[in-house]
Amino acid sequence: MSISVSNISKSYKDVKALQNISFEVNEGELFGLIGPDGAGKTTLFRILTTLLFADEGSATVADYNVVADYKKIRNNVGYMPGKFSLYQDLTVEENLSFFATIFGTTIEENYDLIKEIYLQIEPFKNRRAGKLSGGMKQKLALCCALIHKPKVLFLDEPTTGVDPVSRKEFWEMLKRLQQKGITILVSTPYMDEAELCDRIALLQDGKILEIDTPQAIINHYPKPIFNVGANNMYQLINSLNDYEYNHSVYPFGEFVHYTDNRSDFDPKTLKDYLESKNLTDVVIEKTVATIEDTFMELAKPSFSKTSEHNVK
Amino acid sequence: MKRFKGFIKKEFYHIFRDKRSLFILFGMPIAQILLFGFAITNEINNVDIAILDHSKDATTNEIINKIAASEYFSIKQMVTREADIASVFQKGQVKAVLNFEKDFSKNLIKDHKATIQIITDATDPNTANTISNYVSAILQQYQKELNKDITIAYQIVPATRMVYNPELKSVYMFVPGVMTIILMLVSAMMTSISITREKELGTMEILLVSPLKPFQVIIGKVFPYIFLSIINAIVIVMLSIFIFNMPVQGSLVLLALESILFIISALALGILISTISATQQTAMMISLMGLMLPVILLSGFIFPISSMPFPLQIISNIIPAKWFIIIIKGIMLKGVGLEYIWKETLILMGMTVFFIALSVKKYKIRLE
Amino acid sequence: MNNDKVIQVESLTKMFGDFIAVNDITFDVNKGEIFGFLGANGAGKTTAMKMLIGISKPTFGKAHVAGFDVFTDAENIKKNIGYMSQKFALYDDLTVKENITFFGGIYGLSRKRIKEKANTLIEELGLGNVANQLVGSLPLGWKQKLSFSVSLIHDPKIVFLDEPTGGVDPITRRQFWELIYKAANQGTTIFVTTHYMDEAEYCDRVSIMVNGKIEALDTPKKLKEQFKAANMNDVFLKLARG
Repeated sequence: MSISVSNISKSYKDVKALQNISFEVNEGELFGLIGPDGAGKTTLFRILTTLLFADEGSATVADYNVVADYKKIRNNVGYMPGKFSLYQDLTVEENLSFFATIFGTTIEENYDLIKEIYLQIEPFKNRRAGKLSGGMKQKLALCCALIHKPKVLFLDEPTTGVDPVSRKEFWEMLKRLQQKGITILVSTPYMDEAELCDRIALLQDGKILEIDTPQAIINHYPKPIFNVGANNMYQLINSLNDYEYNHSVYPFGEFVHYTDNRSDFDPKTLKDYLESKNLTDVVIEKTVATIEDTFMELAKPSFSKTSEHNVK
Repeated sequence: MKRFKGFIKKEFYHIFRDKRSLFILFGMPIAQILLFGFAITNEINNVDIAILDHSKDATTNEIINKIAASEYFSIKQMVTREADIASVFQKGQVKAVLNFEKDFSKNLIKDHKATIQIITDATDPNTANTISNYVSAILQQYQKELNKDITIAYQIVPATRMVYNPELKSVYMFVPGVMTIILMLVSAMMTSISITREKELGTMEILLVSPLKPFQVIIGKVFPYIFLSIINAIVIVMLSIFIFNMPVQGSLVLLALESILFIISALALGILISTISATQQTAMMISLMGLMLPVILLSGFIFPISSMPFPLQIISNIIPAKWFIIIIKGIMLKGVGLEYIWKETLILMGMTVFFIALSVKKYKIRLE
Repeated sequence: MNNDKVIQVESLTKMFGDFIAVNDITFDVNKGEIFGFLGANGAGKTTAMKMLIGISKPTFGKAHVAGFDVFTDAENIKKNIGYMSQKFALYDDLTVKENITFFGGIYGLSRKRIKEKANTLIEELGLGNVANQLVGSLPLGWKQKLSFSVSLIHDPKIVFLDEPTGGVDPITRRQFWELIYKAANQGTTIFVTTHYMDEAEYCDRVSIMVNGKIEALDTPKKLKEQFKAANMNDVFLKLARG
């Protein structure tokens, strides 16, 4: 077992950042923590990288206990905190060789591991990190986290604020690193990235909503889900929200994802209802749920407590 | 050792690439020394004064000549009547009037005592005070000459004797103070800022997760500043020797050692500040308010400790700068050796050990 | 001038020395439209947006925003637009009410008007219980919704949103978009940048910038047809990767 977390809880003053979190990550697995800001992702990362003590529970990383063997863990993990922690006033090359030095290694020694990524930023090796674009900073930060050939790699929101192209390239890199035997724990607020992980944990308000493979999570979605489209998005959303049988109404791209709370739901009745609201071009077709649908379905109960309101 | 070298190399990159901190590091000491040396001076030069001589005898003549000959005063006019003194001041023509009593010579020989009244324009109390001190000094000089071959001393006015700085050069007083401030600023403020900057950037997290030990991180962070502070101290001493002709009476080696001790105590304070502040801004505020102000106000640099209210005198004892100023004044101005300042050195050493112990204890290997 | 076109841009260019950050872009935005402004990091989105909101002078080209020239009338533009970015939203150390009052104040609303606005706004967002709490204590999603509503406080013709939903949970993100739809429905033009490609599909029209140029501009549906892509993410990848 590469990472094992059991019953971890952590509070800051009266905010419960993590509540009774347990999960395990296998060796060589690409495991995703999926959740919005404030879900507790960073706190969990800090506990696992020995930067924070948990209030309760225990955890091991690479079979070392995060409290007792913290020194060993610090030698064996790579950590990339949120917001790409680099020295802005050092050049690309200086950053990399600095991190190599403090881990007691050199760029040459582990060059084959980072080669593929580093080649993309090498043309800018004399540029200061502060002047790089988001995508390049991200790649440099990844190189820095890998330079000592860690067994476990912790990546806290590595794709936040980065454009879709760089995000895609980044995930391709992670897949290749995984093939080299590195266990990767990665967090992201982008639900569409969840499908790229082997297994994921959905996290909201410090609680795990579900842990499974992305496919299994999608399969677990409890209701038939429909794409609803019409000529006017705004009126469509309002009409659906006013519809007495609705279970959930969420805009998704050009459609609205709709679920009904009747077991014998007939799309025809909905179509009639919408047309009675002066909507035209009404389309209703069955679709498959996404991770995001599941997330919202699971997050809904806790959500309605904090925000009962909806736009009228 | 290689890790350590790499770390220090990185620190120097930071310092030399940040124009602002470079300016603070090297511009400040020079600017401060020159400012205190030239502009903010307590010295007086060619101050206009008037004289009211009721005696007009040989002695008063001689004294007046002496005063006129000094570079400090120039005699603007002679007043004849007591009543004119007020108008001379009101016109703002002179800063002081010297009033010799009647039969000055006679009194001096007969009673061995004669009085001279020094009337100063106290709208500027500092200058007024300085003027009267200077006049007293000149009178004293004259007295000494008079008394050389006489058994019973002639006494003109009682005045405190100026020692160690007979020329009353204020730059001599300022150099030790400025040196203290600069070393404090560079060592404490710059280190606390550079450590909190890593916290702000998030790089501290990576350093903590790395196999570097906490003390390696700390030493790596402070080492460049020890080096730079020493250069600064050398620059200041050089400036004072070559520009202000200020002699260093005591041992340069002792001066260097004491300075290093003070630098280390300031660095420890800097680390301590960085452990309690989360941002560079807080670190800077704490350094300025918590360190600079006490150094300027309570160390005896500008305001003599002996004239402070008693509670402040007690507080001044916990300020390392106070002891350092005593030490370097001793070495630079009096030329004393360790045998005279061992007590202060020991106090400073104790404080340094205390600060280091405290900051090591407070330095967290984890986040809050 | 066509009154239905609230933003008119023609050959707008911005150079920093030799570097062409924005290269000869031309487009219009209609009244009440939700206009998505996409591009990779460093493609020139932010620079272009800064010119449109009147805080950066174009090197050359023409641009009218809310009927005012960006070269000569930047001050009037600022009065007629709202702006919200992920980085600067509201003051964390002021309460919800104080924030609303402050922003109403800087746009010169009367005290009575501010009070009315504050009440409707708090009511609409369901913030009644937290109206006197510091904004810093609210969840991120609430802050973003409040911040959007505050950017509309002076009834601007256009509101510019710079990555408004970064890091927000999916449910709140959708509530946020419902607010956007509502504003657009009432005739406010929305100019929005985002990194979420599914959000791009919520827009009426989308432009995609690559290396300082607008390489594509159409409705999401037509873009998908044009690039034979299943979704906007694929459109974006095809374009940006050339």
